[in-house]
Amino acid sequence: MTEEIVASFDYQIEKDDFKIAGSASSHIKKILKQLGLPNPLVRRASIIAYELEINLVIHTVGGAMHLEVHPNCVVISTEDMGPGIEDVDQAMTEGYSTANDTAREMGFGAGMGLPNIRRCSDEFSIRSTFGTGTWIRSEIHVG
Amino acid sequence: MKLREIKEILNAECLTDDDCLDHEVDFAFGSDLMSDVLAFVDENTLLLTGLVNPQVIRTAEMMDINQIVFVRGKRPSDSTIRLAKANGIALLTTKEILFMACGKLYEKGLRGVPIV
Ligand SMILES: Nc1ncnc2c1ncn2[C@@H]1O[C@H](COP(=O)(O)OP(=O)(O)O)[C@@H](O)[C@H]1O
Ligand SMILES: [Mg+2]
Repeated sequence: MTEEIVASFDYQIEKDDFKIAGSASSHIKKILKQLGLPNPLVRRASIIAYELEINLVIHTVGGAMHLEVHPNCVVISTEDMGPGIEDVDQAMTEGYSTANDTAREMGFGAGMGLPNIRRCSDEFSIRSTFGTGTWIRSEIHVG
Repeated sequence: MKLREIKEILNAECLTDDDCLDHEVDFAFGSDLMSDVLAFVDENTLLLTGLVNPQVIRTAEMMDINQIVFVRGKRPSDSTIRLAKANGIALLTTKEILFMACGKLYEKGLRGVPIV
């Protein structure tokens, strides 16, 4: 990863705000398109951003999402203020979900989000402290 | 298959501007699970769903899905329709249930998203 930053944006994501959920990801997608990045990369980044954003809305007390575009990579990361994940391996398992009924009514809670984020990433890391919060970083290589 | 033809097959109503009926789709995907849409859908796909919340439009936007058919007579709110229009996404609504809508389109030659 080079130090040079082409673009950088921060987004505050509110808990349970289904009306505007997705607007940060929408912005990220528009930025990446404007920068002329290739469509398959923009699509992967959009999926990553949107699944991360929805997770902040439905699973946390709220948090922040960041976009960093470097000449040779795109980094999307989130951090939240809790509740944290007790068993990260379990959370990464396809089909595992603790989503509530409201989230399910919106079409989420299939337990496919984190596995899909990892699949779309070239580099993926997740750190969580139960009771404190979760930090997730996804990197896509350019070119 | 042209969206115009899909509208006729499903006896559907168009909720966005009529010029969107010239959209051409290659595949279809029927689901009420947006995470599955995010995991399986490919380009140029028609989404059929019974969900009408704004997240359906956001999901479509993320996946470059430019057309959605709402089944079981479902209709999104005006603000959700506006969000779709702002993103160039065509919306149709049909009284058919998901199974019948998919069946009728399949019968006319439209096929599902290839799953790899
Ligand atoms: N930021 C987060 N904070 C706390 N828990 C999380 C977070 N992200 C994911 N999880 C947990 O991991 C599980 C799996 O997440 P995911 O694969 O996105 O599926 P889903 O969102 O459909 O439940 C969630 O149900 C939740 O228990
Ligand atoms: Mg999720």
